Amino acid sequence: MSRGKIVAAALAPHPPHLVYAENPPQNEPVSECGWENLRWAYERMRANLDKLDYDVIVILSPHWQTYVGTHFLGLDNFKSLSVDPVFPNLFRYHYDIDVDVELARAIHDEAAADGLAVKMMENPDFRVDYGTITSCHLTRPQWDKPIVCISSNRSRQYYSVEVMQEMTAQLGRATARAIEKSGKRALVLASNSLSHRHFVTESDIPEDMSKEHITSHHLYLWDMKMIELLRSGRTREAHDLMPEFTEQAMSETDGGGLTWLLAALDYPEYEAIVHGYGTIIGTGNAIIEWPCHAQEGGE
Amino acid sequence: MSGEVVMSAVVPVHPHPLLAAKENVGWQNLANAYEELRQRIITSGAETLVIYSTTWPSIIGHQLINDPNPKWTLVDDDFHDLGSLPYDFSVDVEFADAWNDANKERGLTSRGINYHGFPIDVGSVVAVSLLNPDNRWPVSIVSSNVYSNRAETIVLAKSCLAAIERTGRKVAVICAMSLSNRMFTEPIEAKDDRIHSLKDDEWNRKILEFLGQGRLEDVAQLSRQIHTQVRVQKVVSFKPMWFLSGVNGQNNNLIGEVLAYEALHGAGGAVVHLLPDPNPSGDKEYDEDDVEYYSGDRDVLAGDGEAQDVGGENPESDDGKHGEEVGEGDSHDRGTVQSSAGAGDGAIAVKGASQYITGGGGGTVERTVMINTDSAPKPVGAYPHARRVGDLLYLSGVGPRQAGSDEIPGGAIKNGSGQSQDYDIKAQTRACIENVKTILEAAGSSLEKVQDITVFLVDMERDFAGYNEIYAEYFTTIGATRTTLAITALPTPIAVEMKVIALS
Repeated sequence: MSRGKIVAAALAPHPPHLVYAENPPQNEPVSECGWENLRWAYERMRANLDKLDYDVIVILSPHWQTYVGTHFLGLDNFKSLSVDPVFPNLFRYHYDIDVDVELARAIHDEAAADGLAVKMMENPDFRVDYGTITSCHLTRPQWDKPIVCISSNRSRQYYSVEVMQEMTAQLGRATARAIEKSGKRALVLASNSLSHRHFVTESDIPEDMSKEHITSHHLYLWDMKMIELLRSGRTREAHDLMPEFTEQAMSETDGGGLTWLLAALDYPEYEAIVHGYGTIIGTGNAIIEWPCHAQEGGE
Repeated sequence: MSGEVVMSAVVPVHPHPLLAAKENVGWQNLANAYEELRQRIITSGAETLVIYSTTWPSIIGHQLINDPNPKWTLVDDDFHDLGSLPYDFSVDVEFADAWNDANKERGLTSRGINYHGFPIDVGSVVAVSLLNPDNRWPVSIVSSNVYSNRAETIVLAKSCLAAIERTGRKVAVICAMSLSNRMFTEPIEAKDDRIHSLKDDEWNRKILEFLGQGRLEDVAQLSRQIHTQVRVQKVVSFKPMWFLSGVNGQNNNLIGEVLAYEALHGAGGAVVHLLPDPNPSGDKEYDEDDVEYYSGDRDVLAGDGEAQDVGGENPESDDGKHGEEVGEGDSHDRGTVQSSAGAGDGAIAVKGASQYITGGGGGTVERTVMINTDSAPKPVGAYPHARRVGDLLYLSGVGPRQAGSDEIPGGAIKNGSGQSQDYDIKAQTRACIENVKTILEAAGSSLEKVQDITVFLVDMERDFAGYNEIYAEYFTTIGATRTTLAITALPTPIAVEMKVIALS
């Protein structure tokens, strides 16, 4: 068996607004339009990823929040209706997801060996979180790849951003090792936005783009700072800045996704592709691809 | 039709008492306490259960379930291995809609939620499953806004009261919440469960000591401190006590009983029963200001100048204005709430006296200041010692009782059995005027600035001469106008009381 590898990775935020605006058949609400800059950015990333051959999507979502360790979906298939608890008017999505339980357990075991608290989720009534569904839909709407779904351990809330960094970086390294040992080719997704201060009111027409902007200028500056570090390959600086960024920008990086991704990639120094940046109900969102395959002579 | 809050309760949010009670004595104790609480709800005559759940976070204002029959199977994000939580219950849609309307009238962002498959949160499901297994009552569930703080939460509670009044419901209010919410971050054996730390345990016991004494508003006043000390910082504040106290009138006039307190994977879980006290002491120790309408402080969608009209529905305002100016500033910031604690009035600095600017229940309010001092006898009702309006000070009726002891110089006019007894009107009059003097000085004024006095005597024939003599000692040179009235009784066994208006 050849060694597995991460063929690409992406920062793939999960605002349900993007699915809502796209009107896929799985989603019940219907929209006119909206957030095209980000949806087109996802389109560009999909075009790149479609050229790659990969076996599995490995995703860490901040909307499966666990406080007792890190959890992994542990059954072959989950099929149900996901209703966003915050935006139920926008996201009521019928999903049918296959899980790569073998790889999930392999990552679980690697993480456990590193001393992390981990648990497999094997309750068939469990509903997959809408963050995972949204990011996977926007990245691979065909749903033809199994996923490994990893929960967001809320160590940032329990301890600090620094502790979160340590734990999720460890998880990232364990993830990379497990993928390598599995022989599989993986796409790795961190499902989180950047600055994360929402508006607390909603327009009568949610897709009214005349109302969409960043919540405040300082959050925009933070987002640009972080994006610049990522796109220019200064990912260790990004890692080091993460605690301050997370606190100052109230960033969804508090869920550990981006830290985990950078650690899994062993802090890439090559340029990332920023497909787009935009705001959704005031939060800052960037769609960024790390073309790992290109660093090995291309696909 | 007369709605009311017939009882309130605190219950934990974790599924262990429902799914795994037999695995741990503490979890079983909580399950038993839930059952005891259920029996008490039956006895209370409640018609609807209102649930404020801290495990249902919202971002766009507050959300209220108005699906008449939510039905699904929930699995806890962390404790999925304990089993599934099927639910199928009735919602009081009329009440939810009335509450939603009241929220909007008070400036809150609010909406009803009626979508098949909407994920009812674990705290609500556990509470409904254990308190209402036979669907005896319809329920109304409200979210806990991630960003909301005290003012917004208090107004949410007042909207709930408005809905109770409009629908005539007799309501049991349930707060689904943890005390300390720090869990162990690794799996533990059920038998090993305990409160995560001694500090958490001590705080929990302090909270429960207060609740057991019915001191709900005192706990509410400690909410921010509790949040800092024993809460994982998932949301802005520890809000449920603000809500629960809000629906109970923001006071300590309750009878509390802690039915159980146990650990739930390290977090503090308690079942507490709170009843209105039919004989309230009026002993209010809290000091935060009251709020009637929410003007919004995060009107970010209106950044281009399209300020949202959150004030137009104020039923008490002729001009639709909401924001209040406090102090001497020129800010018209819509973020100010209708009243705020002493903000901006640097001109008021009085030792030993608490003062706060207060609004008049909506509309443009005048600058008024309530004044209380520990050096004067405690009021026997819900009124301050004095209120400043512009340049004038209005004093509530002042008698001769002594601060702290309530002793009456010169003796009470009746004994404990209600029998009349001799007393010294001169001593009472002197004590009365000294109390007036104390309050005036606490407000930065003095006896020399008194402009008008109304004096009440319970026995004009017997007491006028003695009272008049002492009065002259103080007021001859001041020359305030005066009116003396004979009345049949005063609330305490005293013979004289004075109502005073003075310059500040």
